[in-house]
Amino acid sequence: MKRLEAAFDRGKVLVAYLCVGDPSVDESVELARSCVRAGADVIELGVPFSDPTADGPAIARASQRAIAAGGGLAATLRAARALRAAEPHVGIVLFGYYNPLFVRGEERAAKEAAESGVDALLVVDLPIEESSALRHAAAAHGVGFVPLLAPTSRGDRIGAVRVAAAEGPVPFVYYVSVTGVTGTTATDAGKAGARAAELRAAVGLPVVVGFGIDSREKARGAALGADGAVAGTALVRAIEEGRAPAARAEAVEKLVRELRAGVDEARPRASAS
Amino acid sequence: MSKSPVGYYGPFGGRFVAETLIPALDELAEAFGTIVRGEAFQDEWRGLLARYVGRPTPLGEARRLARAIDPEGRALGKLWLKREDLCHTGAHKINNALGQVLLAKLMGKTRVIAETGAGQHGVATATACALFGLPCDVFMGSEDVKRQAPNVGRMKLLGARVIPVESGSRTLKDAMNEALRDWVTNVRTTYYCIGSAAGPHPYPELVATLQSVIGEEARQQVLDQQRALPDAVIACVGGGSNAIGIFRAFLPDAQVALVGVEAAGEGVQTTRHAATLGAGRVGVLHGSKSYVLCDDAGQIQEAHSISAGLDYPGVGPEHSWLKENGRARYLSATDDEALAAAALIARSEGIIPALESSHAIARIGDVARELAAARGSPVSVVLGLSGRGDKDLSTLLARLT
Repeated sequence: MKRLEAAFDRGKVLVAYLCVGDPSVDESVELARSCVRAGADVIELGVPFSDPTADGPAIARASQRAIAAGGGLAATLRAARALRAAEPHVGIVLFGYYNPLFVRGEERAAKEAAESGVDALLVVDLPIEESSALRHAAAAHGVGFVPLLAPTSRGDRIGAVRVAAAEGPVPFVYYVSVTGVTGTTATDAGKAGARAAELRAAVGLPVVVGFGIDSREKARGAALGADGAVAGTALVRAIEEGRAPAARAEAVEKLVRELRAGVDEARPRASAS
Repeated sequence: MSKSPVGYYGPFGGRFVAETLIPALDELAEAFGTIVRGEAFQDEWRGLLARYVGRPTPLGEARRLARAIDPEGRALGKLWLKREDLCHTGAHKINNALGQVLLAKLMGKTRVIAETGAGQHGVATATACALFGLPCDVFMGSEDVKRQAPNVGRMKLLGARVIPVESGSRTLKDAMNEALRDWVTNVRTTYYCIGSAAGPHPYPELVATLQSVIGEEARQQVLDQQRALPDAVIACVGGGSNAIGIFRAFLPDAQVALVGVEAAGEGVQTTRHAATLGAGRVGVLHGSKSYVLCDDAGQIQEAHSISAGLDYPGVGPEHSWLKENGRARYLSATDDEALAAAALIARSEGIIPALESSHAIARIGDVARELAAARGSPVSVVLGLSGRGDKDLSTLLARLT
């Protein structure tokens, strides 16, 4: 949690999502380190799930490849442990769907996440009303919970976020830029960023914008209003297209540097302390 | 029953979906309460059931099938068939589709989407959309598109667009994933018409409410004809809409055994089956907490059944609760048993059943023998014959002739 707070204290934040296990768990750790080197403040380690209903085709394909390569919750926790050992300061969010956590047992999953150096959990198909058990288990182990808000969310949903924040650590809110799945091209980043600014005022927590952030311009647009931007599908595609580990790492670093530049154009960060 | 939060059946149900959809589910739950339970909706929907679907469907006695199952009549006294196969479009699915598409219209939605496995819910939704003048997109696994070709043709004739889904096992589960992705993208204008008593709250309750017309009729009809309640009600269970539809009216009748029959595919001891309640575990799939087929890592497993309508690794949450609280029992029948049952009813009663319904037929004898042994006299059984077998003709012909 402290690492996430520190990231937002430094300035506008860049969050990078990776589907762990695509193409292998070891390479995912290396790619996460590439993201950190290129300027990502927070890494979302994606737990691949068989039925990713909130994801578009790119992340759905990556999830299938990752599961075939042995990916899943256990492998993602191993990746978290390795990344934490190598990068003591980066924020790590365990990102995924509910069933793998539920089947493992919420208490056990929260404990293992804490032991693996995870700062917070984000579960895309677990709305706040259904999340009480997991949030409390996470909080007991010092792990935060990241709620989502969407363009369709009205006042009662914002109220639910406030309730969650009163009950346990909520490091930031993830604002979904559009009604849609990940990898959309329809994102109006500036508009989403402006909405994120309103939401931050309403909930009193940092708000980042994700879904469809695939370029320097969109990262800048989102970060103008929001506290940060999240890139996922664009990175997953770069990994999918790369032929060899070196090419994949290079493509990921190049993309993250561009996104970083976009976020910094919105407001330069204070020098890391 | 123990008290549960709204949208739960005991510990099962809930709403496990992306945040974007929560307001739409709230809107639907409100419309369910104000519109569906209102007089105007009920008048129009029930009028359509009578004059368009052909309800009430008959409850007919199947004497020759009963004797084929139990030649000496020591266990199975009377066998009643609740003939949902005689509904317009050939299955019970139309009861729900007409209700939900009417609701979509009244909610001001301008487009309807649906998932389908066997194609019966797709055909029913396409039919309702044609009747109400709404555009309709149906997601269907490409494997099911192949094995249910007649229903694909019917949907197209009815003006719907059939979108083949190529991901995962290319069956019902994947069609539902894709429908959810479409809905989250077009949620403001689109109504998602779910075909089974599954999915996030309020869908399980909405679908069960619309399908409970089956059991309301069947209960009255069996009382009229044999002057007594049946000893058992049997229905097949995939997601479980026809089963919950016929069970609901009998839930308070504790002396009536309720039996659901799942698809055992090539055997529940193999990995190729769809016996979610019989061989699965509690998990979360497609928006609700219920029994699912998944591995130790929480990955959903592919189901298998010869019948596309039962080929699903989840089940509606109310069935999980009925299993857990003991009010219903869940058995299974293999592909081969279902095929044999289809042949048996075809030749003894002149009825070609859907392969889904054939699973329930396959267990009538076992259920009757067990109940008769316990009660000391032959029993009467009501079977939910959920649909007709026209769509399965190529499978039936390939496997039985």
